[in-house]
Amino acid sequence: MPEAFLHTHAAHCESGVMSSLLRHSGLPISEAMAFGLSSALAFAYLPCIRINGLPLISFRMPPRAIVKGLQRRLSLSMRFETFRSPADGTARLDALLDSGKLVGLQASVFWLPYFPPDLRFHFNAHNLLVYGREGDEYLVSDPVGETPVRCARKDLEKARFAKGALAPKGLLYYLNAPPPAPDWSLLGRRALARTSHIMLHAPLPLVGVRGIEILARRVERLPLADGGERARLYVGNIVRMQEEIGTGGGGFRFLYASFLQELASVAGHAALEGLAGHLVGIGDRWREFALAAARMIRGRDALAPPRLAALLRALAGDERIFFRDLLRAARAWAR
Amino acid sequence: MREREVPQEGNATLAGHRKAVYAAGEDGRLRLVPSRGWEVEEIVTRQAVDDLERRAAEAHARALSGESSPLEYHMYRSRMDLELLAQTTGIWRWRVRRHFRPRVFARVSPTLKARYAEALGIPVEALERVE
Repeated sequence: MPEAFLHTHAAHCESGVMSSLLRHSGLPISEAMAFGLSSALAFAYLPCIRINGLPLISFRMPPRAIVKGLQRRLSLSMRFETFRSPADGTARLDALLDSGKLVGLQASVFWLPYFPPDLRFHFNAHNLLVYGREGDEYLVSDPVGETPVRCARKDLEKARFAKGALAPKGLLYYLNAPPPAPDWSLLGRRALARTSHIMLHAPLPLVGVRGIEILARRVERLPLADGGERARLYVGNIVRMQEEIGTGGGGFRFLYASFLQELASVAGHAALEGLAGHLVGIGDRWREFALAAARMIRGRDALAPPRLAALLRALAGDERIFFRDLLRAARAWAR
Repeated sequence: MREREVPQEGNATLAGHRKAVYAAGEDGRLRLVPSRGWEVEEIVTRQAVDDLERRAAEAHARALSGESSPLEYHMYRSRMDLELLAQTTGIWRWRVRRHFRPRVFARVSPTLKARYAEALGIPVEALERVE
C-alpha cells in the first residue's frame, strides 16, 4: 500500500467505510459528510418485513445507499464484484490485497467473531474494510470498532457468503482511480433537497414523517391482553433500531446535524448552523423517547403505549417543521 | 446531546467495546465521542437476546421430551427463525417445519443434514444431538 492505512472509529458502518476509503485515496471526507451527501437520513416503518416476528423500522436509507449514492454524486470510479463461489471470492480478495488495494466488503454481523456476542444478530448488510493480510489472517478495519482487528480467513469467508435477506454474495468494492475534487456546495444543496423530499413527500406513506405517524398509531394500539409481553418486545425493537445499530445516537439525527454544521462551514451557508441546532434538539427528544420506552420495558414505569405514541407524534411534528425549513434553506441557497 | 452527557455506563452487551456517538462540545460543534454504553441500549439488546434464548430453551425442552427434533433447538440457538433458516438453506419453509418432527428428522438424508449444519455453522454430529 502506498501509505499506511489509518483506522478511524465511526458511528455507522457504511458511512465510516466510505469516509476511510475516500480519505485513503486522497479525498478527505468525514463520516458525517459521507452520510449527509449521500442523503442517507430517513425514516421508514416496514411492517411487511419481519425480523423474528417484529417489523423493520429504519432511521436511514436502505443498505448500499451510501456507497452507491457517493459513487454517483462524487463521480467515483468504483468497481463492485460479487461471486458465486466462496473460494473465488476469497481468491479475488487476496489478489486485490496483494496488489495494494483497500477493499470494502459486505458481510453478516453474526459470523464475525470479533463482534461482541450479544450484538451478533443475523444482519447481512454490515460493511467493513480490509487493508491487508498476514498469512491466514486479514487485517480488518471495521469502522464501528475503536481499533483495527484481525479476522481468520474461514470466518471472513463465512460472513461474506452468508445467505438470506440482503445476502452479500461476497460483495467487495474498491476505487479504481483517485476521486475527483467535488463541488461541495452543489452536492450539499442537492443532498439537502433530496433528504427533505424523502422525509416529507415520499410516495409511500410508510416512509418519512408520515411513517413516524403510522408507527405512532400502531404503538398506541398495541394489545396489552397478554400482560404486555408483545408490546414490550415491539417498543424494544423500535429503540434497538434507533440507538443500538450504529446510529451515532438519536436515530442518526446527531450524525446528520454534524453534517449540517460541516456543510455550513465548508460551503459558507450559515443558515445551516441554526438548523443543525434544531436537529440536535430533535435527536435529544428521540433519546427521551428511548428512555421512556426502556423504563416501561424494565417495569420502572407502568407500560403505557399511548404515552409513547404521543412522544412519537410530537417527534413527527418536530421533524415535519424541521425538514420544511431545511427544504426552504436549500432553495434559498440555490438562488 | 452534550459531550458530557454521553453515557458511559459500561454496558455488558458491548463486552468492553466502545461505540461512537455524536455529541456537541462546549463550542456547540458536534464531534465523535466514544461511549461505553447507555443503560437504555443494554435493556433493549438484552431483551432481544433473552427472547431468542427463551425460544431456544423451549425448543431444547421439546427436543429432550421427544416432541421436536434437535433441528428446531439448533435453529434458535443460532439466533435464527423458521423464515431465516429456510432462506439460508434454500429449503422450503413447510419442509423445514416438517423436519422439526423427530421421526421425519431421523430419516433426513445426510446431504440435507449437511446443508442444515453448514447454514447453522455447526458439525453434522452436533446437529443430531441436544446437549
